Amino acid sequence: MRIIVCVKPVPDPRHWNRMSLHPTLKVLVREGIPNVVNPLDRHALEEALRIRERYGGEVMILSMAPLFSLSILREALAMGADRAVLLSDKAFAGSDTLATSHILSEAVKRIGPFDLILCGNQTIDGWTGHVGPQLSEFLGIEGISFVKMIEGFHFEEDGTAKAIVRKKTEGGYVRIEARLPLLLSVVKEINTPRYVTFSGILEAERKEIQVMSASDLRIDPSQVGLAGSPTKMADLFMPEVKRRREVVQEKPEMASKLIFEKIRQRGLI
Amino acid sequence: MKGEVWVYAESTERVLHEVSLEILSKGREIADSLGGSLSAVLVGRDLMDVAKELVSFGTDQVYWLEPPDSNFYPGVHVVEALTELVKEHDPDILLLGATSVGAELAPKLAARLKTGLSAHCNDLKIDEQGHLLQVVPAFGGGVLATIVCPEKRPQMATISPGVMKIRRNESRNGKILRREMPLNGKSRVKVLDSVKEERMEVSLEKAEIVIAGGWGVGNKENWQMLEDLAKLLGGAVGATRPPVDEGWAREYQMIGQSGKTVRPTLYMGFGISGMMHHMVGIQDSEFIIAVNTDPEAEIFKMCDFGVVGDLKEILPCLIQEIKKGRSEREGF
Repeated sequence: MRIIVCVKPVPDPRHWNRMSLHPTLKVLVREGIPNVVNPLDRHALEEALRIRERYGGEVMILSMAPLFSLSILREALAMGADRAVLLSDKAFAGSDTLATSHILSEAVKRIGPFDLILCGNQTIDGWTGHVGPQLSEFLGIEGISFVKMIEGFHFEEDGTAKAIVRKKTEGGYVRIEARLPLLLSVVKEINTPRYVTFSGILEAERKEIQVMSASDLRIDPSQVGLAGSPTKMADLFMPEVKRRREVVQEKPEMASKLIFEKIRQRGLI
Repeated sequence: MKGEVWVYAESTERVLHEVSLEILSKGREIADSLGGSLSAVLVGRDLMDVAKELVSFGTDQVYWLEPPDSNFYPGVHVVEALTELVKEHDPDILLLGATSVGAELAPKLAARLKTGLSAHCNDLKIDEQGHLLQVVPAFGGGVLATIVCPEKRPQMATISPGVMKIRRNESRNGKILRREMPLNGKSRVKVLDSVKEERMEVSLEKAEIVIAGGWGVGNKENWQMLEDLAKLLGGAVGATRPPVDEGWAREYQMIGQSGKTVRPTLYMGFGISGMMHHMVGIQDSEFIIAVNTDPEAEIFKMCDFGVVGDLKEILPCLIQEIKKGRSEREGF
């Protein structure tokens, strides 16, 4: 099975409290904050590796990011992916989800046939969950989001295959049967990603990372980046906190009395 | 057309989702401020009662697409049918709930229409030029961004459940426009079955009191005290991610960016540090009480009343205090 896993480098959430808003430029100051593989993308990669272990085939990483993200792709390769493609070009900067999905789809068309594309359901920074479904739409295949389990695959005699998956819903899940090729966006519950091993790191050094630019993909620059993005950011601001912030340090008995009093004042006891 | 606001109305077993009513309420406000009209889009079999309910809720038009089979997946066929409908009527704004269905359908539809889409909006406003200002959380809600889509139409957004208030506006005579939705050719996706999982007794989103716990609760035994407190107060128990991972709480109890949004009269957080991706789900609570051993915990900057202390000691005292207070008042 040929599987493509989409990976995005994101600022490490453990350091987000160090991020600040530039007072006049209205941009995020994220200097010195390291990037990591988007957490849900690790689950997508883990699932791809498990499918490869069971059915054979190839796992390829696909990422659109600045060139300095090569080390993040090495980390994904160290988990066990076979090779990686990095889409990198100044023209891509500022792409919204629509432009990003368009770029990824052009790359997928050039990478060649595939059976499955796996994505994390959303990235931890922008939290849109758009790129998976939009990529499936640009490729003309079905895409399923919120996938919490891949039950298995059925291979037909005519060479086609179907996947049975569980999609998380508000009250439970739906079981879905879908023909390959297919795009699945996965949630955390799907698996526990493996740790990177030392030998994995050594092997990753020898694996191929292909870098492709806008011209390699024959992409019209007006279709990508800020120019090709229908959405614009008009403002960026910190949420306002209007709270009383009365904080006390008391013995448990006294603390309980004070809390009780607050509940009573609100008419809830 | 300017001022035409569309809302994708979701229903399960012929019951409208709460989030659809929330968005329709906001949609009405926006349509009125633009001098336009409000339409709902409905997809499914045998939904006449739901369509009527949408009309009585205050919708000017209901576009109802009825497929031949009730067991369809909202995939490519639905995207195609909706694309056609949108191109025919050219709405200004199209809103969907950020649900398991809406959050998947909206981006596909936006890609087909080559228009902009924002996700998990907390707020919607109209600026002087009549553009839709879409306020979305980023970086776990620590930052908010206002997104606009100045040129392409419709301006599309998904709205987080629980953030808009429901307001009925019944003084209208809306039209129901039904149309068959053909499921052309063989579908590549089939729904096999829907499985319902366990639900809690008091729904989190509707609870007047929410008792939430975080990593600091420490173990299942301590967690039980939160359950006891919630039972005593008639509230619901919520959690941050770690208690769910540890198995003290269930997935559906999770509050925050990857869970539910609550707006209770009283929220009490125990052993919760105050990471933005949790706080974003409780920020509209009327009153926030926090208990944490760490005086530097972020939650103390975002609460109304904070107690620096050990929840293991405070919870039993508080439970006693409430029992005592209640029996005194009730004269037992």
